[in-house]
Amino acid sequence: MISTNNLSIGYRNKSGDTCIASNIDIDISEGELVGLIGVNGVGKSTLLRSLSGVQASLSGEIVISDKPLIKLSAEELAKTISVVLTEQPISKNLSVSELIALGRQPYTNWIGSLSKEDRAKIQTAIALVNIEALKDKRCFELSDGQLQKVLIARALAQDTPFIILDEPTTHLDMYHQAYVLKLLKKLTQETNKSILFATHEINLALQLCDKIIIMEKDKVSAGTPKELIAKNAFSNIFPSDLIYFDSESVSFKIRT
Amino acid sequence: MPYTARYKGLLLLLFVIVVLMALLNVSLGSVEIPLKDIFNILFTNTTSQESWQYIILEYRIPKVFTAIFTGSGLAVSGLLMQTLFRNPLAGPYVLGLSSGASLGVAIVIMGASVFGAGTAALLLSKWSLVIASRLGSLLVLLAVLLASAKLRDTMAILIIGLMFASLTAAVVSVLAYFSPAAQLQQYIFWSFGSLGNLSWQEVSILAVFWFLGIVLAVFCIKNLNTLLLGENYARSLGVKISTNRFIIIIATSLLAGSITAFAGPIAFVGLAVPHLIRQVIPTNDHKILLPAVIFGGAILMLACDIASQLPGSEYTLPINAITSLIGAPVVIWLLIRKQKFIF
Repeated sequence: MISTNNLSIGYRNKSGDTCIASNIDIDISEGELVGLIGVNGVGKSTLLRSLSGVQASLSGEIVISDKPLIKLSAEELAKTISVVLTEQPISKNLSVSELIALGRQPYTNWIGSLSKEDRAKIQTAIALVNIEALKDKRCFELSDGQLQKVLIARALAQDTPFIILDEPTTHLDMYHQAYVLKLLKKLTQETNKSILFATHEINLALQLCDKIIIMEKDKVSAGTPKELIAKNAFSNIFPSDLIYFDSESVSFKIRT
Repeated sequence: MPYTARYKGLLLLLFVIVVLMALLNVSLGSVEIPLKDIFNILFTNTTSQESWQYIILEYRIPKVFTAIFTGSGLAVSGLLMQTLFRNPLAGPYVLGLSSGASLGVAIVIMGASVFGAGTAALLLSKWSLVIASRLGSLLVLLAVLLASAKLRDTMAILIIGLMFASLTAAVVSVLAYFSPAAQLQQYIFWSFGSLGNLSWQEVSILAVFWFLGIVLAVFCIKNLNTLLLGENYARSLGVKISTNRFIIIIATSLLAGSITAFAGPIAFVGLAVPHLIRQVIPTNDHKILLPAVIFGGAILMLACDIASQLPGSEYTLPINAITSLIGAPVVIWLLIRKQKFIF
């Protein structure tokens, strides 16, 4: 579905390139739920931006459905990858159905009229995320958890084989964190879409994800939760002075 | 976006109000002309008095068209800027178009006395003001576009526009300081704005710019809707952010720039009408907002023009003051009544 080949990501400046991470070789298959974890500032968002085609990568290659990412036009890209971003200046005056309908923009005509098919896709998205009751509310009336569901529904309405979410569980309580991640799991199973999300909820990710990508300062490793635990890959994610990974309970514990 | 059908009736209503206001506007003025004669002049081209025909055809009707183009054009530029910058305080002049125009006009009116009186008489024809104003706003526009090509961040353009506005205002102040009272007064009268005394020729030039600007705005409708999600989402939906930004800025300058050139810097309409319309029609879909704002701007301008000629008197108050005098209380009232403002 999507794979990278010796990818280096970072920023191009006049004074030279700033490399954030290199030698990234990951691949995500159809219907997989993949969690991306790593400490603050390690470059998770940069990787997600590079994968979604917003930011040019420094070297290497990103391949989506056998096509190099850079060969895709803006419109093709919009039909291949949808994103869920946090803390965007979304007009909170939009109604839930208006916001979800905007996910159909890559498919609508020059003035953005919704066809019958568009309306059907919007209905499906609303049903998948189970937010029929919110349909006529405006965004400022929603809780953080509800808004997150609406944003996910918008990405579903965009009807892409690949969805990228940047920290979809921020600001949510423990119940809603689990709710959103279980929802993502359900979506990969029911729609066969591939979903990649960055998160700090390592414990939840370990229980739900098919695959986990660990970003560390000088290396990016990936595998199933079991493989990674067996390799003891979690012990080096954080500085070891305060917390440690307990492989028996498969969770992080505070040093006492 | 869904559920747009229910607003079609409201749009029709707004259009009817525009037509009624236009007719009312033609029938009112310092010279009283009976309604029957007005209809005769308009539709059968017969009249009992030659002078009435002249007043209607050469003065009042061009003025009505000027009011419609001015009001709707400014309102559309306001809407474009508010959506582009995701800022409720943005208006047609945030990019510094009016300050550029006023600099051009100030140089023509007051510069002549500062730089040498010989050229004054030559420069002070009506067209020279129009051209100076257009050149001034074009200059500022070019500077803003040049800056925006270098910038990724749209918000920075807003600040650069404000900086250009301060800069040009400062130059105007310096010019004003050295100018004799007569020139200063002439400049101030220009800055009051005026809908009258446009010839048919000038109205038709204004109409061409208005039409081009509106056509560009119509082609932006889909992307304007997408921009409501913020630029990052818009990009992920396939919007080419900088191309789109460029088109929106050009549309705004075609509308606001040419209106300022012909009618002077008319404040407030562009800022207020989009807010008024959003209070009446609670939608975010620019397919509905754009025509609604066109009609709303025309209605407000026609109403202000009627008020400015103080029915029954021979005075005509500055249109720039009237738009705020009438518009500001209405916006305040609507916002307080709803008690909630979410942009």
